[in-house]
Amino acid sequence: MEEKTDEIRLPLIGEKAPDFEAATTQGTLRLSDFEGSWLVLFSHPADFTPVCTTEFMAFSEIYEELKKRNTELLGLSVDSVSSHIAWIRNVEEKMGVKIPFPIIADLNKEVSQKFGMIHPAQSKTETVRCVFIMDPESKIRTILYYPLTTGRNMKEILRIIDALQTTDKHKVATPANWNPGDPVVVPPPGTTEQAEERTKEGYDCKDWYLCFKKL
Amino acid sequence: MIAVPCVSADGKPTKSGIAMLSALKSGVSTPNALSEATGMPMFRVRSGLRQLINAGFAKQVDDNYQLTPEGSKIVP
Repeated sequence: MEEKTDEIRLPLIGEKAPDFEAATTQGTLRLSDFEGSWLVLFSHPADFTPVCTTEFMAFSEIYEELKKRNTELLGLSVDSVSSHIAWIRNVEEKMGVKIPFPIIADLNKEVSQKFGMIHPAQSKTETVRCVFIMDPESKIRTILYYPLTTGRNMKEILRIIDALQTTDKHKVATPANWNPGDPVVVPPPGTTEQAEERTKEGYDCKDWYLCFKKL
Repeated sequence: MIAVPCVSADGKPTKSGIAMLSALKSGVSTPNALSEATGMPMFRVRSGLRQLINAGFAKQVDDNYQLTPEGSKIVP
């Protein structure tokens, strides 16, 4: 007989993230406490592990850059608050890096299950390396998943936030390998009339559907 | 154990809690203004206000926050 499981549907890009209340290293927090700021919610497999330690140091290094972008960080793993506190104290003492952002102690896996952070084929007890980037309305804007063995790239996380904020501000898209300052993509025209008009607007057009402009 | 940033396990306000109560006493009354006055990020202000209210040190009146008589005793 097939075992019945409670299916949990993870939130998808464009959807509002489900609210939660969780114990963290900076008190009991709700997701809704972060509304008004962009948020990077990320999970790591476990405290006191090598790749996670390098990631936490790297997240701390981009913390000020994130603040400049009105973006907060919120970590998560299936460990206790006491374990998190012991680990971040150890990182500060041994590596000289202070962890300035809160970390969720998701012992009952309530939050990690809501966000699809446990991939049983990788580990039944640890979260994989997930990144959920949310906008100030708590809408999911980007989802990244990395396996246990691969540490995340902080430059890419910053680049994605820059791209999303540029898209929102200027109503444009960003091409492959875009970085701030590079030309952006003008959204494709929806009508033949718009296609004709855009040839007169001074864009750098390779063809009617692929036009770039400088901001 | 539920971790609380502004009220400790013995029911007394922490350093962060006292900073928020002091700001409320000075007339600051909105979460945005509390964040500016204390230097705490908004998420900390929102969660801290919940805990100060639950502990009886602050109260919400419409969209503003005020000290209660118990809170006034902490920051006389």
